[in-house]
Amino acid sequence: MAVVTIENVDIVFGDNKAKTLPLMDKGHSRDEILGITGDVVGVQNANIEVNEGEICVLMGLSGSGKSTLLRAVNGLNKIARGRCLVRDGDKMVDMAKCDETKLRHMRTHRVSMVFQSFALMPWLTVLENVAFGLEMQGMPKAERLEKAREQLKMVSLDKWADKKPDELSGGMRQRVGLARAFVMDTDVLLMDEPFSALDPLIRSQLQDELIELQKRLNKTIIFVSHDLDEALKIGSKIAIMESARIIQEDAPEQIVLNPATEYVERFVAHTNPLNVLRGQSLMTPLADLAVKDGKIIISDDISMTLENGKLTSVQGSQGEIPTARWTPETIIANVSDNTVFIVPANIAMRDAVEIRYHSNHLLVLEEAGQCIGILNDHNFYHALLGKHFGREEAAA
Amino acid sequence: MNWLTDNKIPLGAWMENFVDWLVSAASVFFDLVSLTLETMIVNMVDAIEYLHPLAVIAIILVGVWFLHRSISLIIFVTLSLLLIINMGYWIETIQTLVLVISATAMSVLIGVPIGIAAAHRPWLYTILRPVLDLMQTIPTFVYLIPTLILFGLGYVPGLISTIIFAIAAPIRLTYLGVSKVPNELIEAGLAFGCTKSKLLYKVELPAAMPNIMAGVTQCIMLSLSMVVVAALVGADGLGKPVVRALNTVNISQGFEAGVAIVLVAIMLDRICKSPSSKNEG
Repeated sequence: MAVVTIENVDIVFGDNKAKTLPLMDKGHSRDEILGITGDVVGVQNANIEVNEGEICVLMGLSGSGKSTLLRAVNGLNKIARGRCLVRDGDKMVDMAKCDETKLRHMRTHRVSMVFQSFALMPWLTVLENVAFGLEMQGMPKAERLEKAREQLKMVSLDKWADKKPDELSGGMRQRVGLARAFVMDTDVLLMDEPFSALDPLIRSQLQDELIELQKRLNKTIIFVSHDLDEALKIGSKIAIMESARIIQEDAPEQIVLNPATEYVERFVAHTNPLNVLRGQSLMTPLADLAVKDGKIIISDDISMTLENGKLTSVQGSQGEIPTARWTPETIIANVSDNTVFIVPANIAMRDAVEIRYHSNHLLVLEEAGQCIGILNDHNFYHALLGKHFGREEAAA
Repeated sequence: MNWLTDNKIPLGAWMENFVDWLVSAASVFFDLVSLTLETMIVNMVDAIEYLHPLAVIAIILVGVWFLHRSISLIIFVTLSLLLIINMGYWIETIQTLVLVISATAMSVLIGVPIGIAAAHRPWLYTILRPVLDLMQTIPTFVYLIPTLILFGLGYVPGLISTIIFAIAAPIRLTYLGVSKVPNELIEAGLAFGCTKSKLLYKVELPAAMPNIMAGVTQCIMLSLSMVVVAALVGADGLGKPVVRALNTVNISQGFEAGVAIVLVAIMLDRICKSPSSKNEG
């Protein structure tokens, strides 16, 4: 169910929108339009649908329009054209056209926000900062402080409740920022590069905390980031923006496997693909393996036998190699040596590499009880190098 | 050259006509303002004079203790006030303090809202800036003349002149404070559902408060510096003995009155400084 729907949204900064919009339609570039009308095109023809429980990451370099688009969702940026719908109960409200009262209702009850530079009020205590939005909801003082205190416990900062923000470290401050947004109990959370200003270790820790919180609370999150690793880690959907346009919108794995343009490819080249890729995307499918005497030939000295699509045995040069089944519940460090493991087809590549490290043999992928392919060393090297992930080449 | 001097533009005459017109058109209004302010200040001075000086000092010390909790400041304030009593300027000091505090209070009441309005409307500040410059650079003696005509002798022309001179400080610093509130705080306020007035009271004013307080302190100091000048139009206070000493070339009276003014200035400055700004240096 869509919670946020962005339809054909254009955002323009400047006073000559009447001239700028037709120029945009004629396909003039951002720079040309800036030269002709003096207006800055923030976002051009953006379309995204974010469903309940999804984390949609807007990815791009600075100036690509990702923060601008994010700010349209709670009406901080005005939309020149198009619609930005946010769910309110069983209706969808257009944030661009609703009146002041409705906008305030949406901001206090439906959409809350986390900022890159934390944006905590320096004259308020940590507790009062968390309660700030509740005060705007009109909640009585005792009740809102009580609620804020509970929320602070969730981010383990209850001991710091009476300190001022400048007495906290960066990571703690952003936890306060998260608490301030989560305490509002809104369905939609907007996060504008919330972890970019933090040290790498703290950043990854807060990413994990966010993923944990999201598992419990199931919010709809729109997350802005300039870091593809972060996007791949937390996003269930990624929209990549370049100079005011969305150039690719896809699941994380698809972004890595099939980058739409060179720009996306450059991003992908700098990420660690093991975190997102699944076994089935990189496997050598069964159909590509040679068959000889009813045996499937994997390499010069290893072959395997199937019966009704199920693996029955694997033969090595020194006789049969034992097989075993791995499920996500098994602790990988405990898997036995010199064994061929049968694993689910959607296994994370990181797990697959680790199993291969312990078992010293190829992995067989199974889906719905049927063997569909294998992961051998060639596939692993391919994933590690991450040069190009066209499906055909992976199969070769 | 002769042509230039012969064809004098009657700038002064225009101003005089304007003031004359004000007097004839709105004398009732100015008399009313004058009477109200004069009564207010005289009553305040009388009320404080009615108390024993040591009782007043005790009240001031309690206030200072609650604001700063600093022993050294308490000792300094006590010694200064006792020295003033010893020199025989207690009543003049009270009159000066009442004048300074009234002028500051009115400057802040008028100046802070103007500063906020200017911060929200750039065009307004463009208009205001030259006016503020003018108010601060015209020698203060010059606008004593029209205020004297409009409000008569006494505290009120001194008070009005002081306000004209000192109001620029709270306007400028409020403008500065409100217009440089970090954009992200404004965005956070709006994103969490502030209305325009909530944004002002819950975000902009608290964020601008250090600047506004600096404006108030400056305003107090500027008001105090006007005190001597205000004595020329009949405002009672520490300025009177200074003017009298000047007219009679009395070195000792002039020095003692001068010391009293300096002590009042240092006390006001130390008391007005907020404890937090002291920490920041």
